[in-house]
Order: sequence, then structure tokens, then C-alpha cells
Amino acid sequence: MLRKTLQAAASRLGSAPRQVPLRLSTVARPAQDHADKQKEELRPLYMDVQATTPMDPRVLDAMLPYLVGSYGNPHSRTHAYGWESEAAVEKARQKVADLIAADPREIIFTSGATESNNIAVKGVARFYKQRKKHVITTQTEHKCVLDSCRALEAEGFAVTYLPVKSNGLLDLKVLEQAFRPETSLVSIMAVNNEIGVVQPIAEIGGLCRERKVFFHTDAAQAVGKLPLDVNAMNIDLMSISGHKLYGPKGVGAIFVQRRPRVRVEALQSGGGQERGLRSGTVPTHLVVGLGAACAISQQEMEYDHKRISSLAKCFIDKIMENVSDVHLNGDLERRYPGCVNLSFAFVEGESLLMALKDVALSSGSACTSASLEPSYVLRALGINEDLAHSSIRFGLGRFTTEREVYYTAEKCIQHVKRLREMSPLWEMVQEGIDLKSIQWSQH
Amino acid sequence: MLYGLYMAFLRRLSCPLLSVCRQPSVLADYHKNVIDHYENPRNVGALDKEDSKVGTGLVGAPACGDVMKLQIKVDDDGRIADAKFKTFGCGSAIASSSLATEWVKGKTIDEALKIKNSDIANELCLPPVKLHCSMLAEDAIKAALSNYREKQKKGPKEQQQDTGLKTAVHHHLR
Repeated sequence: MLRKTLQAAASRLGSAPRQVPLRLSTVARPAQDHADKQKEELRPLYMDVQATTPMDPRVLDAMLPYLVGSYGNPHSRTHAYGWESEAAVEKARQKVADLIAADPREIIFTSGATESNNIAVKGVARFYKQRKKHVITTQTEHKCVLDSCRALEAEGFAVTYLPVKSNGLLDLKVLEQAFRPETSLVSIMAVNNEIGVVQPIAEIGGLCRERKVFFHTDAAQAVGKLPLDVNAMNIDLMSISGHKLYGPKGVGAIFVQRRPRVRVEALQSGGGQERGLRSGTVPTHLVVGLGAACAISQQEMEYDHKRISSLAKCFIDKIMENVSDVHLNGDLERRYPGCVNLSFAFVEGESLLMALKDVALSSGSACTSASLEPSYVLRALGINEDLAHSSIRFGLGRFTTEREVYYTAEKCIQHVKRLREMSPLWEMVQEGIDLKSIQWSQH
Repeated sequence: MLYGLYMAFLRRLSCPLLSVCRQPSVLADYHKNVIDHYENPRNVGALDKEDSKVGTGLVGAPACGDVMKLQIKVDDDGRIADAKFKTFGCGSAIASSSLATEWVKGKTIDEALKIKNSDIANELCLPPVKLHCSMLAEDAIKAALSNYREKQKKGPKEQQQDTGLKTAVHHHLR
């Protein structure tokens, strides 16, 4: 029965039927009626991996036992259900630690990178607030870091938001000048989620260690994709997100350095789980999923990186050859290849997203945000506001195929050309009018 | 090589089981009227801006992500015979300006001035966050009509020079 389903599925995909080991759980499909089936088939291509990633089937396999039979609370010390859950949690902890060359005692499980960032920024700042009341971060950080800093400012801390260069990278001299004797924490993300630039983490870590300032990095987009070594890079705190590395949503971790020891004030009170830093029952199935995702990423990192780099290069080359006035946002060299943020001049981002309706993408345009403000990351790069409105982020991941990339590129080229025909700005530029000379009516 | 095949198979499994070029997905958040105007926009194009019978309105700003250019051609009876638009903006902005060109055709200038942004918003069922698109469309209509009226006041030589594009100033005719 299972074999028949597989053969039917394989022949629909147009390939010869294969012998499949029956362990793989994803192929079992429940019975559905016709309308549901049709709806399921009309799904867009997924090119938004920075937002979230599909779960690797091997991660799901690892998690399932802890959702059915092995449902014990890992903190139950008195019976086998608890012991087996605890063993699974500790195994997962070891896998997460191995990925970043840390000690398992330095890994604390949380509900995600947002919680980890909150713990890092607020927890460290508040612990050392008697003598040190200054925090440094950048303008391109994730909202949770910026919002945590704002909360600290309301508590009386001083926060410096460093500007970035037009390529998105931090100027180390600017960072050096920002240090003060009362600085307790520097928080700088490893890979930016919007433009994909990779900050000089090792150098920043070195600067901070010299001055005995703690260095936190939000590595949600970097873990599992780029090699990270917390000791070689002098990182004191690091945030990890499960659903950015093909793991489950709702779980993450924070790495807290033991030597030199980083003290953190806990945000969540309770039974003292996770070394007192994060109370609450550790969700065994999610944590096992995170561990499995980390182990898989460690194996696949090099191959994924090579494959995604070549796909991204094909994609960018194809677009640049066929469309003029396209800007790649962020540094060309120091970037993670799977995050491609392109601005198509004279075409607005949301209208292009609407045109590319069978591809799931995201944009830095104001029209896609509830607040009608264009992306603050793009504005921090100093690019013109109309280019910020024209930006689209393409995300390529482990499961992105060549065919999907070619299809997206072709559709993109086709629709950009069509939308430019409809654009008054394109028309004016073709006529040789300098758009900067026009006095626009404000609204 | 076997490893590569295994990975390729895993990739197939975790992708949705559909071939790339199936029917497009449902755009859950847009009203069908907006999608219709966006996919089949009416009256995209340009009229000769130096024509004395053509009024051109250019409103919005690239920095805001919304620029609309609306042109009308008035015939000798004082009715709008033709209208064309071009828009840099989101799907709702494109739909609003497309609808505006549809509605002004066949109306006199005074009738066209009565078109309200609320009518456009209702027709397209615009959500609150997109209401400014309909307001900009109303402004575009008014700017085009205002430009036309000003051209009629000037002499023929001056009319040619007034393309409406040098200063896209916001006009309100009330």
C-alpha cells in the first residue's frame, strides 16, 4: 500500500519509481477529498528562507517518538519517562554545543532567538547595572534587540546605536570610538536577516575581549550555515533559532560563556530549570528537533554552502543580464549567499510581489509593512527611499531546486519589464528627465 | 554520488508535491477587484502631454513609494474622451488609478471632479491601510483636470510648454 503510494507520487513527478526504506515518515498521506487536494496543490514556490525554513524530514523523524510514546517531563526525576526525556535533552544539548564548538553546560534552551536576545541584552545589562550602564548595538539589528535596548533606555541605561556603512558592514573604528569605561555589552548580529551581510564577528570579539566588554551576537541566520567557533571568535553570548536551520518553530537556545563567566539576570522566574537562567519545562520534542537540526547542519554545511552559492550566483547573473538598473543591497563579498536582496529601480516592491504570485517572497517596501514605513535596515544603508520601496528579498536554502530558481528569475524579469512599462518614473528616465529635479507633491 | 542522490530524493520529499508551472496560488489577502485591475489594467499608457486638449496630473513621491501620473484628453463637447495612467506603487495603487481612468471616461470635467476617494475605496474594497492609494488617485484626477483648465486659460504657445511635469504641485479644486 505504501509502495503503491510512493510509486504514484514518483510517477507524478515524472521519475522512475524507487525503492524507499519504509522508515521515512513523510510519504504517508492521509485520505483527502478532492477539493482539499486541489487546494494543497496550489502552493507557491518557497523562496523566503530567512523568514523560516521547512523542517528537514530527518528532524521530524527524530522528534516523533517524543510526541507519542516518550512524553515524559525531563525534570521528573523519579521515573523512566523523566529519565529518558532528560537523556534526550542532554543529547540534543551536546549536538547544539558541537555545532558552535561550545561546552554543553554553556547551552540554555529557550523558546526562540527572540527570547535568547531578550535574555542576553536585558539579563546582562541588568546584572552589571551597578557599575556599568552603557550598551552598544547597531542600527540594523533585529527588532527584538532594538526593542530590548529601548526597554533598557527606559530603565536608565545609555544605548549607542552604531551606524553601518553603505554596504551594511560595521566600521570597526566607529565601534572602537563608541566604547566607554561603563560599557557592559556589545550586541551585533552575525548575518543580517534582510540583506545577508556577514559582520566581522571575530574582530569585534577581539576588540570586546581586550576591553573586558561582553560580546553578544544574534546568530539566528548564521548558525548551521557558516562555521562558528565561540572561543576562537571571543563570543560571550549567542542566540540560536530552531526554525532558521530546518528545525521546529518555538525553540531556540542561548550560548552563555563560562570562561570568562558571564552573569545573567534571569527574565523568567520559576523552578530554576536550565541553570536558573530560564525556568520552565524544557519541551523535549522541540529540543530534540533542534539538536537533530544542528547535527544535520554540521554535516551538510559545506555541501549546502557550495550548492546555495552556485544557485545564488546563477540567479543574480541571470537577472542582471536581462534587467537594467538592479541593485544588490549589501556588501558583495562579505555576505551569506542564500540571502539575495535586490532593488529593482522604478518598480515598487509590493506590486512585483503581487506579480510573482506563485513564489513566496518578501519585500522591504512600505506597502508590505503594517506601519507603511520602508525597511529600517535598508534605510540604515543610506540607499534612496524609492529604492528601499523597490526591494525584494529572495531566500535560497537547502531544499531550493535549480528549477525553482530559474522559474523565479524568469518570472521576475518578465514582470519587472511589464511593471516598468506601467511606471511613470521609468518613462521619465527614458525621456532623460532627472528624477531628483522634480518637486514632488508630498502626502 | 549515492549521497547526492539521497539528498536529491530528500529534497523532493520535503518540497510540496507539485511541479513548478502549475496554476498560480490564491492571493488570499487581495480583493478580486484589485487583482482584476492589477492583472488586466485598463488604459495604461501615455497621451501627448503637449497636446492642448490633454491635461496631465503627476502626484505622489518616489520616497513615499507611490507616484501616479494620470492624463485626460477632453473633446470639443467638454467630455473626457480618453484617459491614460502610469503608476509606481503597490497593487492597490495600480488598481485605484486604473479604476480612476475608467470612471473619468465619458464624464464632463465637473462630473469628474465629483469622483471621491471613498467611491474608489469601496469599489475595490480597500482595507484601511490602503486607503491612501484611493486618496492619491482622487488627487491625480484633480491634478489632471486642473492642469487642463490652466492650459485652456493660457495661449496656444504656452500650452505646449505646460506639460504638467516641471512641478508636480498638489492641486485641490473645491
